[in-house]
Amino acid sequence: MASTPGASFIAGGTNLLDLMKLPIETPQHLIDVNRVGLDQIEDTTEGGLRIGALVRNSDLAADQRVRRRYPVLSRALLAGASAQLRNRAPTGGNLLQRTRCYYFYDPAQPCNKRLPGSGCSALGGYNRIHAVLGTSEQCIATHPSDMAVAMRVFDAQVETVTAHGGGRVIPIADFHRLPCTSPERDTHLEADVFIAGVTLPPPPPGRQLCRKVRDRASYAFALVSIAAIVEARDGEIRHARFAFGGLAHKPWRVEAVESGLSGASATKASFDCAGDAILDGARGCGHNDFKIPLTRRVLTGVLTEASTK
Amino acid sequence: MAPNVRNRRLRKELQMNRMEAANARPAESGVSMACALNINGQTRQLEIDPRTTLLDALREHLKLTGSKKGCDHGQCGACTVLVGGRRVNACLLLAVMVKGDDVVTIEGLPALASGVDAAQAAAAAAITLHPMQQAFMTHDGFQCGYCTPGQICSAVGMLAEAREGMPSHVSADLEAVDTPLTGEEIRERMSGNLCRCSAYPNIVDAISEVAEAGR
Repeated sequence: MASTPGASFIAGGTNLLDLMKLPIETPQHLIDVNRVGLDQIEDTTEGGLRIGALVRNSDLAADQRVRRRYPVLSRALLAGASAQLRNRAPTGGNLLQRTRCYYFYDPAQPCNKRLPGSGCSALGGYNRIHAVLGTSEQCIATHPSDMAVAMRVFDAQVETVTAHGGGRVIPIADFHRLPCTSPERDTHLEADVFIAGVTLPPPPPGRQLCRKVRDRASYAFALVSIAAIVEARDGEIRHARFAFGGLAHKPWRVEAVESGLSGASATKASFDCAGDAILDGARGCGHNDFKIPLTRRVLTGVLTEASTK
Repeated sequence: MAPNVRNRRLRKELQMNRMEAANARPAESGVSMACALNINGQTRQLEIDPRTTLLDALREHLKLTGSKKGCDHGQCGACTVLVGGRRVNACLLLAVMVKGDDVVTIEGLPALASGVDAAQAAAAAAITLHPMQQAFMTHDGFQCGYCTPGQICSAVGMLAEAREGMPSHVSADLEAVDTPLTGEEIRERMSGNLCRCSAYPNIVDAISEVAEAGR
C-alpha cells in the first residue's frame, strides 16, 4: 500500500465498487484485505467489546453481546442497507462509506467533494436529503452511516495501523470531519492508514433507543436518525446521550446539551429546550428545511418514550 | 468572472475530469489473473481481468445467465447469489475476491436442495426444483420473472439467517432466539430485492410456505 501510488484497500467492496463503476473512485491498484483476519468480536478487560475491522455488519448486529449490551448498535445496523449488503459490508468500511449526495454520484455535475473547486450543486439544487448542521459554502453533504451514529453515542474508539506498524486510536468524535473548505476529505484519517478495529467502552446505564425516519419503511438512508441512551427515574432525566444521523457531515452529538438535561424534569419543555440547543445554528437550504422541526420531534419522541415507559 | 465564462470553464474541467477518469481505467488493462472459482459444486478455471465482478464472471464468462444484472449497483438484488451460504450482491464483488468460497447461483439450487452432485443435478434439473423454486411456481411469485432468481436465492439465504437466529429491523425482541417469520418479518428481510411488477404478495406467500414447511 505504502509503495503503490493510487492503491486502495478493498474489503466489502459494496461502496467502493459502486463508485468505481461510475467512475468516481479510480484506484490504480486494489489490495484485498478480506483474508487478513480481524473478523472477531472480543471482550475487553474494561468490560467493553473490541470489534475487528472485518466483522460484517450482519455478524455485528447478530452478536449476542451486542444485542444484549449495545442494542442501539444492533438496531442501527439492522436499520441500514439491505441484508445482502450487511452480509458483505465490514465495520471499517462502514465508517469510510461516502455520502449519497445525488450530485456527488453524478460525474456530470459540479461537486466540491468529488472535484474540489468545481462548486456545490446541492446548495442551489435539490437538497432534500442534505445537511442542516455544520455545513459550509463548499458542501452540504451528510454522512450516510447509521452504525457510526450508534458508535458515536457509545464514544467508540477507532484503531488504525500504518504500513510501518505504527498506529493510533482515534475517538469516533474526531474520526469524521466537517466539510469546511476541504469537503473532499470525509475523515481525519491520513492516506495509507488501515482501520484495524473499533473498541466500544462498557455501555453506560440507561435505556437504549433508536429511531430512523426515512422515505420508505426499509432499505433507505436516514432523513433524520437518532441513537440515544437515557436514564430516567421518577419523572427526572438522570443522564442522557444522543447522537443524530442525517443532519451533518458526521454523526452529530452535543455533549453540553446532554449535561444540561441531567437532573431536568422529563417534560416537553425540557425536551424542547434541548432540541433548540441541539439545533442552534441549523440552517436549511430549501428542500431540507423540514429536517429542523423533524429533528426536534424525533428527540422529543425518544426522550418521552425513555422517561415514561 | 462572468457566470457564462465560469460555466464554460467548469464544463471543460468536468469533461477533463471524466476523460482523466476514463484514461485511468482503460477498457483493456492488459492484466489478467488466473482464478479458480467454486461455482455450484464445481471448480471453474478462469483467466479474467481482475476488475471483473462476480456477476460478469458468472454471466459473461461461465454463461450462467440465471443471475440477472438489474441496476449493477447493489440496489435491486436481481444478482443475489449465495457465497459461503450467505446472500450477497454479485455485482458488488470482484470474482477474484471469492476464490476458495463456495458460490451457489440459481442454477445450483436444485443440487443444494437434493444433496446430489452438480452433474447429477444438472441431468435431473428439469424435474427437480429447490423447494423455494417450486413455491414461487405454486404461488405465482412473479410476473416478468427478471427479479425471480435473485428473489429465490435471497429467500434461501434469508431462511438460513432466520434459522441462525438473526434478528431484523422489525423484530420486537432483539434477544429472542426464535422470531416467527411473519409477513412483516419476511417483507423487511427481503427488502433488498425489488420487484418492478410488484409481485410481492405472492412472493411473501411462497416464502411463508417454505418457512412453515421447514419449521
